[in-house]
Amino acid sequence: MTPALRLRLFLPAALLLTLLLAWALSGAPRFGTFDGRYGQWLNHHTVPQRHVTDVVTAINFDYRGWDTLGEEFILFISVIGVRLLLRTQRDERETRPRDQAPGRRATSSSASVRVLGLALIGPLVLYGLDVVTHGQLTPGGGFQGGVVLATALWLVYLAGSYETMLHVTPETLVGWTEAAGAGGYALIGLYGWLTGVAYLQNVLPLGQVGSVFSGGTIPLISLAVAGAVTGGFVLLLRAFLAEALQVRSRS
Amino acid sequence: MTWLPWAVAIWLLLWGLYGIVTSRNLVHMVICLSVVQSSTYLFLLAIGYRTGARAPVFADIPASTPAVDPVVQALVLTDIVVEATVMALLLALAVQADKRTGTLDPDELGILRG
Amino acid sequence: MVLLQAMVLILVGLSGAAVVTIREPLRQGIAMSYYGLLLGLLFFLLQAPDVAMSQIAVGAVALPFMILLALARLKYQREQRERQKETPS
Repeated sequence: MTPALRLRLFLPAALLLTLLLAWALSGAPRFGTFDGRYGQWLNHHTVPQRHVTDVVTAINFDYRGWDTLGEEFILFISVIGVRLLLRTQRDERETRPRDQAPGRRATSSSASVRVLGLALIGPLVLYGLDVVTHGQLTPGGGFQGGVVLATALWLVYLAGSYETMLHVTPETLVGWTEAAGAGGYALIGLYGWLTGVAYLQNVLPLGQVGSVFSGGTIPLISLAVAGAVTGGFVLLLRAFLAEALQVRSRS
Repeated sequence: MTWLPWAVAIWLLLWGLYGIVTSRNLVHMVICLSVVQSSTYLFLLAIGYRTGARAPVFADIPASTPAVDPVVQALVLTDIVVEATVMALLLALAVQADKRTGTLDPDELGILRG
Repeated sequence: MVLLQAMVLILVGLSGAAVVTIREPLRQGIAMSYYGLLLGLLFFLLQAPDVAMSQIAVGAVALPFMILLALARLKYQREQRERQKETPS
């Protein structure tokens, strides 16, 4: 199928799709007038029921915790997939870590990049931890905080050197963090099962509204997810960086 | 003007699809796929929006203030992070395809067999 | 507020089209970072701060970074192929 033929097939199909979508969306409620029962019920009952003030986090880790468990395992499996795909093949070898590819002149990053990066690493780690631990009170949670923490570790590579980043993120520790996060989520759910109620039910003491230790299992699951997300993203970075900087063909 | 969110969502979906259909580079295709995904995020959030309502976080506002729908936000939130790793998987696939067949052009991938 | 939402919606539409139209993946990565930031702003204007945080962290930082790393590897592989073509073994 030539590209021209493909485009000629696509354009009328796209027009048809547009018409169908426009027709379907004309039946949707007017923008701003959605009156979903489930959402409204959750808005009114989350604070008294679970003692958390961030309804979205409560939905993610409690009311719809089962779905989030599945999503977290999608993340876990994707990271495994990337590491499998980018592993050193038989006709490749892993050279010593260097910052530049062979045959290219070294382009050292500018001093401002290094200074700014170095200055930002600490605050970013703190900010990431803050977002993770306060997910049940203010916008945040395991997913967002995990990505911010991973970004802070990536900044080590940008502000420093490749070897530094390798030292700061040892493979075993990061791998164990990721596995502990993914497995920890499943195990926290198991705890509910073992105490005689449903899997993933919120059985820990709920605490006071507005304090950090509120919500029962919600902050624990948030921490587990943060571990999984941070570990996953750092492993992704290591796989891609090793592929770009270290893996060379044997010939 | 209330049809604008739907229009932009459809616009992004179609542009992303057009990019995928006419792409000559696997990495370009992956990025267009992410544009298609973002159109669904916009669509979901636009559905849940209520005029004059606040964010569904009751840390500093009384729990009875009208708030937007939190369920769609929960859906989109996990989706964004998870799809990033799936995009990484697709990028790794593109790298391997280039390694094995010597090209990133999706039209030629089937022809050059190593 | 509604005017701001409309403006950012139109900007999002335009930058999304721009991301697709740019054919070279390197430039597309940078455009995508900008698009991710705009999308995060739009999500914030739709009263979804959780989602906006997630979008900015992922769409403006993580994803373009991984694209750039993949492109670095692809560039090395292309140079390898050209080197092998020049030196027939």
